[in-house]
Amino acid sequence: MKKNDTLTKKALMPKKEIIDFLLNYSKNIQTLKTKNRKAILVSKN
Amino acid sequence: MKTQTDSQLILQYQNGDENSLSYLINRHKKDLFNFIYYKLMDEDLSNDIFQDTFIKIIVTLKEGRYKEENKFILWAKRIAHNLIIDHYRLQSKNIKISETSFENEEFSIFDIIKEPENNIEDKLIDNQINEDLLKMLVMLPDNQQEVIKLRFFDGLSFKEIADHTDTSINTTLGRVRYALINLRKIMEEHKIILTK
Repeated sequence: MKKNDTLTKKALMPKKEIIDFLLNYSKNIQTLKTKNRKAILVSKN
Repeated sequence: MKTQTDSQLILQYQNGDENSLSYLINRHKKDLFNFIYYKLMDEDLSNDIFQDTFIKIIVTLKEGRYKEENKFILWAKRIAHNLIIDHYRLQSKNIKISETSFENEEFSIFDIIKEPENNIEDKLIDNQINEDLLKMLVMLPDNQQEVIKLRFFDGLSFKEIADHTDTSINTTLGRVRYALINLRKIMEEHKIILTK
């Protein structure tokens, strides 16, 4: 008999494309320090 | 790298090691995504919020603004929780506009006027309520303070609080219950009224 698992939470994962996007996004930005020591993010490209 | 703590991975990432971010994401993606999904019950939207959460995390870490006051995952969940609230706020405003402008094909000037934000008096009252609440929280035992903050400030479920504090759900529920009872007692003793 099939187990009734309607009360069991479905384990979900974020899409692989989202993870890839985040890793690429991180690689493509860099921090620059301004004269007043404030950090700003700029694109590497 | 699998055995390294979140703090070590964050430090390495901030020093330029991009692989550390990958480990950090993979370590917490399931927990964080499920946290988001069970608040929204929408897979696509959950992916969007997950992405926005990590963009905020990446920017904060790269700019060196991350202050480790709590566990990384709790901080990530707080960011996600705030983004979900922002989403619902935006959604409620959009629905209001579509009801009159598109469905009834009537134009109402009130639809495009921005909703008035809290006035100074409301803000002062909100600040006062928060201050009173924080003062009262300090009077509670540490374990009760912790569950109240995790439940009502960070938006965690009882199951998540139980996992975080290494206790059972029943213990967590008990602590929240006693914390609320104690807060009521403190309010009565000090004649504090928190409602507007």
